[in-house]
Amino acid sequence: MRIKRLAAIAAVAVLALGAAACGSDSDTPSTPSGESPLVAKAKAGQLKFGVKADQPGLGLQAGSAYEGFDIEIAKIIAKGLGGDAAKNTYVTTVSANREPFIQTGQVDIVVATYTINDDRKKKVNFAGPYFTAGQDLLVPTASTITGPEGLDGKKVCSVTGSTPAKRIKEKYPKVQLQEFDAYSKCIEALNTGTVDAVTTDDIILAGYAAQSQYAGKFKLVGKPFSSEPYGIGLKLEDKAGCTKINDILKASVTDGSYKAAWDATLGKSGTPAPTLDVSKLTNCPA
Amino acid sequence: MDVFLDPANRQAYLDGFLMVLKLTGASALLALVLGMLLAACRVSPVPVLRALGAGWVHLFRNTPLTLIILFCFFGLYSAVGVEFSEDLHVNNYWLAVTGLSAYTAAFVCEAIRSGINTVPVGQAEAARALGLSFSQNLRLIILPQAMRSVVAPLGSVLIALTKNVTIAGVIGVAEASSAMKGLIESNGDQTIAIFAVFALTFVALLVPVGYGFSALANRLVVRR
Amino acid sequence: MSASVLYDHPGPRARTRNRVLSVVFGLLLLAGLYGIYRAFDSTEQWTWQKWQPFFETVTVNGQTANFWTDYALPGLLATLQAAAIAMLLALAFGLVFSVARLSEHRWIRVPAGVVVEFFRAVPVLLMIFFLSYGGFWVFGTLIPPFWSVVIGLTLYNGSVLAEAFRAGIRAVPKGQSEAAYSLGLTKGQVMRMILIPQAARSMLPVIVSQLVVVLKDTALGFIISYPELMLEGSSKSSAVFANPVPTFMVLALIYIVINATLTLIAHLLERRANRLGVTNTATKATAATTAASGLGGGALGA
Repeated sequence: MRIKRLAAIAAVAVLALGAAACGSDSDTPSTPSGESPLVAKAKAGQLKFGVKADQPGLGLQAGSAYEGFDIEIAKIIAKGLGGDAAKNTYVTTVSANREPFIQTGQVDIVVATYTINDDRKKKVNFAGPYFTAGQDLLVPTASTITGPEGLDGKKVCSVTGSTPAKRIKEKYPKVQLQEFDAYSKCIEALNTGTVDAVTTDDIILAGYAAQSQYAGKFKLVGKPFSSEPYGIGLKLEDKAGCTKINDILKASVTDGSYKAAWDATLGKSGTPAPTLDVSKLTNCPA
Repeated sequence: MDVFLDPANRQAYLDGFLMVLKLTGASALLALVLGMLLAACRVSPVPVLRALGAGWVHLFRNTPLTLIILFCFFGLYSAVGVEFSEDLHVNNYWLAVTGLSAYTAAFVCEAIRSGINTVPVGQAEAARALGLSFSQNLRLIILPQAMRSVVAPLGSVLIALTKNVTIAGVIGVAEASSAMKGLIESNGDQTIAIFAVFALTFVALLVPVGYGFSALANRLVVRR
Repeated sequence: MSASVLYDHPGPRARTRNRVLSVVFGLLLLAGLYGIYRAFDSTEQWTWQKWQPFFETVTVNGQTANFWTDYALPGLLATLQAAAIAMLLALAFGLVFSVARLSEHRWIRVPAGVVVEFFRAVPVLLMIFFLSYGGFWVFGTLIPPFWSVVIGLTLYNGSVLAEAFRAGIRAVPKGQSEAAYSLGLTKGQVMRMILIPQAARSMLPVIVSQLVVVLKDTALGFIISYPELMLEGSSKSSAVFANPVPTFMVLALIYIVINATLTLIAHLLERRANRLGVTNTATKATAATTAASGLGGGALGA
């Protein structure tokens, strides 16, 4: 009860602030039920996307620009909302701060390898999934590990507070779990042999394995032991925005921009684009 | 406050602060010993040792602790292969203690060195006149007197250390800041209550230590 | 007391002994350093591939990236900005609260004391994290990462400075304020015109050394993704270049150069203050009282 009330207060406060901020240049100060506030932001070129900065192929800050599949999806969304994708602002998020960033409005939309789950659904609204990953293991090429069952007593690295880390703790309590704030540190620990495996979603691991610096050193075990539907996170009460984003995703399949996004990023390694099952898109509860 | 009604959350809070105490205890002892050795190096007649002491102090005092602790994991453990235990969590604990001790020793060293400077020159001169060697002079005459005026600054170092151990979280040690982070992440709406409990626990731990050391320092101070 | 008071002026035998010891310890030191070098070498930390990014722009996965212009310099700028603003605010905070703690009115003195003691006891890391995540619940508006770092550093360092200033002001000889009062100056005037200016000069070294603390503590911004030097280096740049150990070494070097310069300035200021005869006692008293008052005085931050 309290949670809801506080969230409502917060939501009202955010809406009030948002209205105050853009009230001057907009003749529709409130958007009661029809349009999502995201549309106005997109048209003003003010969309802020929360993305990952250290995941090759998905969301990586190389130089001053962000690149990867998540970034391409963000561009598709910005365009679909009526904005200019070149005006997107990207904000680095880490696994642990995505919900607070959405709740407190530090970002408008999160496209950051963000698994849809029940816990998170209580705090944010999810559009998508735009991709379904599975938790897998990345091991040195010579490793004999063939799946999570063989991990007892082994050292496994993941990111503090992430879903994969929690799953290992709960389902495989005999595993020694090393936690860092970023996967890049896990990969380096794997590279020096400090940990026996790195675990997270297969798509993320594949991105690391394909990096030229680590070429030939790691392999993916290839037996996903979970299903991770990647969603697009936005404010819990923004049902209209969620529905709109789902429509954008549907359109991206038909006009080929989804496949183009894949081919320009993760598809470079030769993996064919996955099929986006539009029947599985969320129904945007609010 | 309902977040602390959940026993699992209470346990996380207690474990976090227990880890803070364990890290502080071990690091404080090691830093004190190492700091004394470094201080002895810095005032010794051997130039190489003086350079070693000065180098240590400048290196560690000017580097962020976050960097030092990360380096303990990736440099000392991963690259050099220093391993304290097969158990990952025990190993990380000692790696954090290593980083914290190396860093804190630089401050202990400087505190002791400035303490040595408060001992009147006549004391050392008299000791030399009696034929005491450098190490006898330092051990028997100077350090015992210096330690009295060093109590207060060492108290400050201890308090800083207790707060600094929260940085051990960067290599996955489950101390208080990690516990707080975890609780806030799953109970965002109770952020204020969670922070208040953690912050006040630090206040409750550290303010008495501060006053205790001040009182001790006032009792031990050499009136000149 | 200088070190040489502890031992006699070395005669021929002592000189020989010191030389022998120098050589022995020197060799041990070199052996230690060589051991470290070899240990890093065995895990290929010295390869050109890992060090190349510090010397030239490299191409990673078809993208060009440069360590300095893409990561280190923007990160350093963010670090310096946060440190500079936090330091200015901390000075203001310290000044206000030191005067408040010296107030004759209990209702000013006591709350000011509670505030200062609280912020000195809470780890900066917790403070920054709370400001970023909890700011919304307290103030109804979110605090951007930059301001979370700045405010967190201001509250802690401002409290430390408040204690240092208080000690500095109290160390100004009593005759000064007595003389001022007898001239008919008000309390505010005495504080503003007589006490603070005299205390301030003796405070310069303390202020500069606190600046070192602020600069190092900006590294705690990594916890809320403030893009300062540490985060840019340790998470972002090393993810691209796959070279954390060399990166840590370079980052440490950057911090050491900046902080050693600041420390050097502090020493020069101290020497100048001493030479000008600005009451050395005030500086010493400040240092002693800061230390004696317990919580984290001096350059003891993270």
